[in-house]
Amino acid sequence: MSETYTLYNPTVMDHFMNPRNMGDLKDADGVGEVGAAACGDIMKISLRIKDGRIEDARFKTFGCGSAIASSSMATELIKGRTIAEALTFSNEEVVHALGGLPPVKIHCSVLAEEALKAALEDYVKRHPESASPVIVAGQSLTA
Amino acid sequence: MTRHVFLDHQSATPVYPEVFEVMKPYFTEHFGNASSLHQHGLRVRDALRTARQQMAALIHADSEEEIFFTSDGTESSNLAIKGAAYANERKGKHLVVSATEHPSVMNSVEFLEKQGWTCTRVGVTPSGHLRLKELEAAMTPQTVIVAVHHVNHDIGTIQPMKEVGRICAAAGVPLYVDCEASAGWLPVDVKDWGAAMVSFSPHRFYGPKGVGVLYRNKRARIVSILHGGVQEGGRRAGTENIPAIVGGGKAAEMAIGRLTARGEHTALLQRRLWEGLHSRVSFIKLNGPVPGPERISTNLNISTEFIEGEGQLLLCDLSGIAVASGSSCVSKSLKISHVLGAIGLDHALAQGNIIMTLGEGNTAEDIDYVIDSFAGIVTKLRAMSPMWDEFECGVIDSVIAPTGRGKSFSQHAAEVSGKASH
Repeated sequence: MSETYTLYNPTVMDHFMNPRNMGDLKDADGVGEVGAAACGDIMKISLRIKDGRIEDARFKTFGCGSAIASSSMATELIKGRTIAEALTFSNEEVVHALGGLPPVKIHCSVLAEEALKAALEDYVKRHPESASPVIVAGQSLTA
Repeated sequence: MTRHVFLDHQSATPVYPEVFEVMKPYFTEHFGNASSLHQHGLRVRDALRTARQQMAALIHADSEEEIFFTSDGTESSNLAIKGAAYANERKGKHLVVSATEHPSVMNSVEFLEKQGWTCTRVGVTPSGHLRLKELEAAMTPQTVIVAVHHVNHDIGTIQPMKEVGRICAAAGVPLYVDCEASAGWLPVDVKDWGAAMVSFSPHRFYGPKGVGVLYRNKRARIVSILHGGVQEGGRRAGTENIPAIVGGGKAAEMAIGRLTARGEHTALLQRRLWEGLHSRVSFIKLNGPVPGPERISTNLNISTEFIEGEGQLLLCDLSGIAVASGSSCVSKSLKISHVLGAIGLDHALAQGNIIMTLGEGNTAEDIDYVIDSFAGIVTKLRAMSPMWDEFECGVIDSVIAPTGRGKSFSQHAAEVSGKASH
C-alpha cells in the first residue's frame, strides 16, 4: 500500500499514538475518574494545583482512539489555568483543538470534560478553603 | 518496510487472478443484459447458467435451477426470511432463529415483528453452540421458517447442522442456513442437512463483491421482496450483475478443489496464532470453541483484559495488521456485538475484543509477526489504562483469572459512570 489512510484526522491520530501527559501524578491534589454509560469507556485525570492554578495534569484512559486523544488534548489545554478558568472548560474546546471528531465520538470529549471536573471536585473536597474562587466563577461543582 | 498482514478474511478476500480473468470480457465485449432476447443477451444467459452450475456444485445442490443470484449475503438472508414469512403467512406468523445469527437475519426478524410476526430466539451455550432442546421446544404449528447459521461470523462456532436439520424435518419446518462464514472453506451439503434454503457469498472465498447466492429447494415457498422484472425465476427482480456472477462461479469451482488445503493451511496458522498469543499476552481469552472440529479454522476471536478493542485495532493497523473488533467503540451503534452478549461474555471482555480471520495468503512468518506486534500493543495500551493500574493495586479483579482481590470491572465501571453522564 503506497498511501496510509487513517480513521481520524492527523491531530487525533498524533494524540492517540503519542499521547501527552499520560500517566499518574504522585501526590496529586485532585483525582477524577469517570465512565461513559453509553460505551463503557473510563477516564482518569490527576491534577497538581498550586496557588489556585493547575500546575500539572495527567491522564489514563480505557477507551477508543478518540477517547485517548481527547484526554491527551484536555490535559494539554488545562495546564496553567486557574481553577475558576478550568471550571468553565468545555468539551467543545477539546473537539476544536483536535480539529474535529466523528459525530459518534463526540461523547469521548464530554468524558474528558467530566473527568477534569471530577478531579477539580475532588480537589475542592480536600481543600474547602479553595471553594471561594469557585463561587466567584459562578459555577456549581455539585450540579 | 512494514509487513502487511491481512487478518480480516471474514470481511473480504482478494479476487483470484483466474477469477478476474474470466470476469473481464463481461465488462466489455459481453456486456449484454440477460433479459435481452438477442445474441448479446443469449450469450450472457449461457454464462449465468454455467455460474449456477458451479454454485450448485459447491453446496451439493441437485440442480442449477435451485440457485438464485442476489447482490450479497444481506440481500440473500432478507429474501430467505421475509420471502418465506410472506409466502407462508396463511400457515402462521412465527419464526425461529438462533440468538447469534448475522444482523441481516436479526434485523429482518425485527422488521417482521413490527408487522405482527412473532419470533423465538434460541439461546446458545458459552461456546456458541445452539441449545438443541430449546430449538425443539421453540417449534409451533405456526412456525414457517427456522434460521440457523452454519458457522458464526464472530466466534467461528460450527453448528451441528445435521442435528438441526433433523429437528426441523421432524417438526416439518423449512430450515434456512446462512453459510456466509463457511462456504468455500468448509463442506456445505444442502441435502445432507435437509436445508430448504442456504446462502453464501463469493467475496468470502476469493471471488468478487456484488453477488450473493441463495439456494432454494424447489419445495420451499418464498415470494420476491424486490419488485420489477421477471429475473431469477420471479424471485428477485433486477438486472443480474453478470461479471460478478461469472467470477463468483469460477471462485466456487476453484474452492471445491482447494477446500481441504485451505482447511489444513489455516488450521496450522490458527493454532500457531492462538498458542503464541496465549503464551505472550497475560489475561487473554479465546471466545468460542478451542481450535478443532467445533470451530472454523479461519477464525480467532479474543478478548484482552483491561484494554479496549478499537485502540488495539488502530495500533494493529498502524503495524500493517488488518483485524476487526466486536467492541462497542468500533460499532456505529456504540453497542457490543450481540454474539458476545449471547454467549454471556462479561462486558469488560467484550470491550477488549479483537477478531482475526485467516486466509490462504497468510504465512507462519506473518503469524509470528502478529504475535510479536500484538504483545507490544497490549503493553502500550495497558500502560495507558486506568483499569490495568487498578487491577495491579487490587482495586478491581480480573474476569479471566480472578485473584479474589477487589471488585469486578463492571461494578467499578458502574460506580464511576454513576456520575451524571450525557
